[in-house]
Amino acid sequence: MISLDSKVPAGPLADKWDNHRFSIKLVNPANKRKYDIIVVGTGLAGASAAASLAELGYNVKVFTFHDSPRRAHSIAAQGGINAAKNYRNDGDSIHRLFYDTVKGGDYRSREANVYRLSQVSVEIIDQCAAQGVPFAREYGGLLANRSFGGAQVSRTFYARGQTGQQLLLGAYQALAAQIATGKVTLYNRSDVLDIVTKDGEACGVVVRDMLTGQVSAHSGHAVVLASGGYGNVYYLSTNAMNSNVTAAWRAHRRGAAFANPCYTQIHPTCIPASDEFQSKLTLMSESLRNDGRIWVPRDLDETRPAGGIPEAERYYYLEDKYPAFGNLVPRDVASRNAKTVVDEGHGVGALKNGVYLDLSDTLANEGVETVRERYGNLFDMYERITGEDPYRVPMRIYPAVHYGMGGLWVDYNLMTNVPGLYAIGEANFSDHGANRLGASALMQGLADGYFVLPYTIGDYLAPRLGTKPVPTDDPVFTNGITEVDDRTRHWLAVKGTRSADHYHRELGKILWDYCGMTRDKAGLERALSEIPAIRDEFRKDVKVLGTADGLNQSLENVNRVDDFMELAELAARDALHREESCGAHFRVESQTEEGEALRDDENFSYVAAWEWKGPDIPQELNKEPLTFENIKLSQRSYK
Amino acid sequence: MSNNLNLKLRIWRQDGPDAPGAFLDIEADDISRDASFLEMLDTVNERLLGDDIEPVNFPHDCREGICGTCGVVINGQAHGPEKATATCQLHMRKFRDGDEITIEPWRARSFPVIKDLVVDRSPLDRIIEAGGYITAPTGSAPDANDIPVPKDVAEASMDAAACIGCGACVAACPNSAAQLFTAAKLAHLNVLPQGQPERWKRTEAMVETMEEYFGTCTNHGECHEACPKEISLDFIAFMNRDYIKAKIKNRSLASQAR
Ligand SMILES: Cc1cc2nc3c(=O)[nH]c(=O)nc-3n(C[C@H](O)[C@H](O)[C@H](O)COP(=O)(O)OP(=O)(O)OC[C@H]3O[C@@H](n4cnc5c(N)ncnc54)[C@H](O)[C@@H]3O)c2cc1C
Ligand code: FES
Repeated sequence: MISLDSKVPAGPLADKWDNHRFSIKLVNPANKRKYDIIVVGTGLAGASAAASLAELGYNVKVFTFHDSPRRAHSIAAQGGINAAKNYRNDGDSIHRLFYDTVKGGDYRSREANVYRLSQVSVEIIDQCAAQGVPFAREYGGLLANRSFGGAQVSRTFYARGQTGQQLLLGAYQALAAQIATGKVTLYNRSDVLDIVTKDGEACGVVVRDMLTGQVSAHSGHAVVLASGGYGNVYYLSTNAMNSNVTAAWRAHRRGAAFANPCYTQIHPTCIPASDEFQSKLTLMSESLRNDGRIWVPRDLDETRPAGGIPEAERYYYLEDKYPAFGNLVPRDVASRNAKTVVDEGHGVGALKNGVYLDLSDTLANEGVETVRERYGNLFDMYERITGEDPYRVPMRIYPAVHYGMGGLWVDYNLMTNVPGLYAIGEANFSDHGANRLGASALMQGLADGYFVLPYTIGDYLAPRLGTKPVPTDDPVFTNGITEVDDRTRHWLAVKGTRSADHYHRELGKILWDYCGMTRDKAGLERALSEIPAIRDEFRKDVKVLGTADGLNQSLENVNRVDDFMELAELAARDALHREESCGAHFRVESQTEEGEALRDDENFSYVAAWEWKGPDIPQELNKEPLTFENIKLSQRSYK
Repeated sequence: MSNNLNLKLRIWRQDGPDAPGAFLDIEADDISRDASFLEMLDTVNERLLGDDIEPVNFPHDCREGICGTCGVVINGQAHGPEKATATCQLHMRKFRDGDEITIEPWRARSFPVIKDLVVDRSPLDRIIEAGGYITAPTGSAPDANDIPVPKDVAEASMDAAACIGCGACVAACPNSAAQLFTAAKLAHLNVLPQGQPERWKRTEAMVETMEEYFGTCTNHGECHEACPKEISLDFIAFMNRDYIKAKIKNRSLASQAR
């Protein structure tokens, strides 16, 4: 058993963060330069943290497998970032954003963390605007907002359809300024392959230089993982191709608890797969649901093009079932309903694997130009990918794996249960409960990196003043290097018959079928028997060519797939044990008479934090109970 | 399926920066028209692996045209034949059955080949480090609405900020110049009210760092043609004007400080 002390400060919700900042230890400005901090990742979370820590005076080493920090997966976020600014005067407030986030997460997140997130959301927008992020503006020059992902208020800030890009460039530029001053040392094209601990505390990382193949150790007073999400465990997802779980998973194997891996967000508006060689799925921003109507033909044998199907023969299933929210129901509800109608045989497209997202009313009422201004980029992208013109025929969409709410367990300070090891951004499990609201991941990544970690890390570091980082010739590091070298040699020596991608695809299919939009006991048990089998076969039969002493993308990939194999099993185990439906996790056995998700607060109101017990031994479940003092729990209803 | 494409590929292979490199000729049969260009390469790589040939290393990540990682020269054109489209967004339906396709890495003096189709573009980061930012230490910002930005200014800034940093502009330029990349970042920041305090210092530092690493612009405009985000050449004119002003301003600021 590990200790899961959430360290949530006492006191009224609204004062907790303030009190906490006052009560935690500070590192004196002149002493900050005596500390070395390792940051893994340069996405929104990592870049903002590294830049902010360096501004404070810490020495920062930042690692990314990308060629440039600016390429992190955060760059792809389209829709926007939430903040409780209430610039629209439409009734938003810190408390409302807090409430919406906890409710949206189906009451499986920590109140105190979410409240803090809502509080600092306001500062994020100030910070980004000051950096020159070109947010959308009103004619008077003030910031524009939109309503996003079904929110009842307009609190989403955006930069065209490229919000993630612009926020990341802001953070990257702040980081670049610190790199220029020498306070940050950048290690690009560097793959972090292990996390190193000594006497139970994090002390560094083992890194493979992807250009030379050289494996080396780096030590610091603390290690911050900002390595992003693990959606690619499903093979097909909206994540960038190289997004992976390795850094977080290796931390897990070194003792960090992994929380709630069954909570995977499946995004309703993605372009359906076109064939079996599909390498990834592309998101069409959810903002399209503001202006589009979702439907399928009522007739299962429908062959007419969309435009030729009369109104009466169209099934607007979301509008029918959820009159209050209609097409703007939360992501999990929209996704599950799309799956239902496609499984029933209503699907559209050559493979009958999609539903229509139809903007023809908006096109007719507001004109092509308005639509082009709003969604031009998305429409162009859709046309490039599918070869169909969305101005003339409705788009086809289908759900795809998008975001992992689970991740490394962290306390209120964003520290894992391994002292000195922090996890921020999508890599942790902290704020989204069982389901994330649209435009809240960017907010959380930047909250963690700009405004939370830079304070909380001082509490850990202050008492360590005067200590030196563990020298890299210590056995913990040399052994770590040897293990990574051995692993590499192993892959090159297998000389099997199939690529890592082949096995990854097989793994993804199992997870998607049994641990996807709906789960049941029998299916999850099946997954739990099939995953170890495929993992064994993969380890014996994978084929990796080339050498270890230079760029070798197949070698990079095989390590990642190997870690996904282990994560997949844990995700299925987590899903099996959680016999309730909540948020993105829908257990067939736990539904209302109307077929909606049925939570079981009495038995499952906790964070499931899994503890590594060794290879081939099932992880042990640890529970962090969730208590709600400020919000009354209710079943979500969008009818 | 008969609707699929049979292609003749010539793919550049090179073991390392100093290795000689040569084309590998492959018949790529039965390629789906719905595949993206990079999915076509995935398929080719699977087949190479089956034949015990090391797969071709190529740069990619988001496959959505936004991260700027991908980029190869396709039949002599950076990012290939489709306008305003990054390599990852190019789809095979743009090709015809029987086509011969030559695939090369970015060819530019400042972008040495690392392996196969992967090059080193880090000089672009050096330009940003020289001044491509607005100094705003975390925590010090005023309320976002304290600094109004006229809508057209925000739009112009965003037009420039859309650059994905792929380096196609450099690869397409006969002189391997990085004017479009540098100008895009300068325009993004220099038109904004927040960007004014550091405007002249930024401009001089970025332009001079650019000149250290890259060739000279002789107004061919190939950069714009290759740009997947259609970044406007007007930004280069803007940069040139700002650079001249910066030289004067920075000199007079320096003499004032004396
Ligand atoms: C298509 C798409 C659209 C989205 N749109 C929105 C949106 O509109 N609003 C919203 O709020 N959220 C959105 N999201 C979610 C959001 O973009 C992500 O959750 C968020 O950006 C994650 O940021 P991050 O900093 O945690 O990780 P990332 O941006 O994924 O960064 C991870 C970093 O870690 C590095 N790294 C990882 N492992 C290693 C390793 N082993 N060694 C070295 N380096 C490593 C990588 O190089 C990278 O720099 C979207 C997601 C997708 C996929
Ligand atoms: S792979 Fe990201 S732009 Fe092409």
